[in-house]
Amino acid sequence: MLFSRERSVLPGFKLTLGFTLFYLGLIVLIPLSSIFTKTSTLSWAEFHQVTISPVAMASYRLTFGASFCAAMVNAVFGMIVAWVLVRYQFFGKRLVDALVDLPFALPTAVAGITLARLYSDNGWIGHTLAGAGIKVANTQLGIFVALTFIGLPFIVRTVQPVLEDLDAEIEEAAASLGANRWQIFWRVIFPMLRPALLTGIALAFARALGEYGSVIFIAGNIPMKTVITPVLIMGELDSFSYAKATALAVVLLVVSFLLLLIINLLQWWSSRHHAHI
Amino acid sequence: MTPVPAPDPVSRAPVTAAPRRATVEPPWMRALLIGITLGFLGLFLILPLLSVFIQAFGKGLEYYFQSITDPAAWSAIKLTLLTAAIAVPMNCVFGVAAAWAIAKFSFPGKTVLITLIDLPFSISPVVSGLIFVLVFGAQGWLGRYQNADHPWFPWLQSWLNTLDLHIIYAVPGIVLATLFVTFPFVARELIPLMQAQGRTEEEAARVLGASGWQTFWLVTVPNIRWGLLYGVILCNARAMGEFGAVSVVSGHIRGQTNTIPLHIESLYDEYNFTGAFAVASLLALLALVTLVLKTWAEHKNAALKTVEE
Repeated sequence: MLFSRERSVLPGFKLTLGFTLFYLGLIVLIPLSSIFTKTSTLSWAEFHQVTISPVAMASYRLTFGASFCAAMVNAVFGMIVAWVLVRYQFFGKRLVDALVDLPFALPTAVAGITLARLYSDNGWIGHTLAGAGIKVANTQLGIFVALTFIGLPFIVRTVQPVLEDLDAEIEEAAASLGANRWQIFWRVIFPMLRPALLTGIALAFARALGEYGSVIFIAGNIPMKTVITPVLIMGELDSFSYAKATALAVVLLVVSFLLLLIINLLQWWSSRHHAHI
Repeated sequence: MTPVPAPDPVSRAPVTAAPRRATVEPPWMRALLIGITLGFLGLFLILPLLSVFIQAFGKGLEYYFQSITDPAAWSAIKLTLLTAAIAVPMNCVFGVAAAWAIAKFSFPGKTVLITLIDLPFSISPVVSGLIFVLVFGAQGWLGRYQNADHPWFPWLQSWLNTLDLHIIYAVPGIVLATLFVTFPFVARELIPLMQAQGRTEEEAARVLGASGWQTFWLVTVPNIRWGLLYGVILCNARAMGEFGAVSVVSGHIRGQTNTIPLHIESLYDEYNFTGAFAVASLLALLALVTLVLKTWAEHKNAALKTVEE
């Protein structure tokens, strides 16, 4: 090596790292720390009372339950979509591939009012479902629909690249050893997709937990029935109960950080897994 | 993009009516899976997208243009453009600086730094807005300091009180909340890209006598341009479409602190659905343009990679 590690020929290390840390502190870390200083003004009993009140517990059950169901439905359909986009050719495939990212690009408020109108009793889909006796708007089912929309791209986009890189020889080897198509999928392909699939599920679940804009319009926000935790926080803010809002925000933050940790572990696992192949 | 494995007559078993190979699905299975994909995406993506435009024109062209040229709508559009015009360039400069430091140099704590940069993505939009209320609100750090009886720096308190600051329920709060939620976009695109590219090209330029800035503009920027464009497009889409965080800090003052998404909410809450969808169609159009540009940037980036290889 011509140059020692300590003295790189490239300039700007101190400048760029200094600016990065300064800007990160100013925009993210200092504002975020306000949550914890605000919470410290609450006594443990007060904090406890707010975070395990019946209203809060109902909102956790709903938020976690709907987010989990939406992530699971997306896991199944996301796998199928990723499989079809990688393995098959059909008319309009590139358009469909590009459209998968629509929930990332479409502002949540637009998604929210659109889904609310579509699934309302006189909307295109809601009208048909109402005939079958199924009500979606202003119910927990509506929240599930909105969260499924929001989480749709995550599983497709995490599974797709792994499926693309998969070596055809492995499948051929399994076939020549007498495995049928179904066995090859479950015993050979699926185990290789598992880390990516779990990462996608965790990402979709994490996104759904904090979701606000796409849910509020279709949910109807009926107390104890269709109020998700972010809406509960918004309600406390509207009545200027900042301490209560902050206590609930801490619960959401802690869960998000745990999920972030799990996602990082999963990605570490999948990179190890990949290296072994 | 793996093409469908065609029957291979040269190396494999002779192509008589041999039993179907176990490496492809039977035709009915393919048709079923493609059908499920198109059905699912049609129901969850294409139908909602179409319904935005159909409902927007529900009361005719005249009402459509009236809705989007209404003074309140116009002021929301201007505020959204202003917010994006501040937030996107700032986070773009940050993203390039962070990627340069992380990808071109080695230092301890790099993984922690990358995780911290991604942090705003894992925080609920409502919580992202709440933190700025806790810092700058009347009950927050700033408000309590301005009203403190015995502040740490009395001159600072009196200076702040003469400034007549309006951050929360005003434009600066909206810009700050947008900066926070769009913070990671450019950085997280550029860090892996620049890490993969390494630093040999820049080192060569330096050894051949280029200055630091010349190296950056003539070597680094051409290499990262498509990745940068990709990050900027996504950052802009989120900046213009952010709802939850902005909703907390805006105060919803019509004609003053309503961005486009907040204006849509106001119209919807007044049961002016056609008006709401007319304004929403602008954002849906922005989403479509974003998808087109994004696909194009991905395509260009992939082309750049294959040329290098």
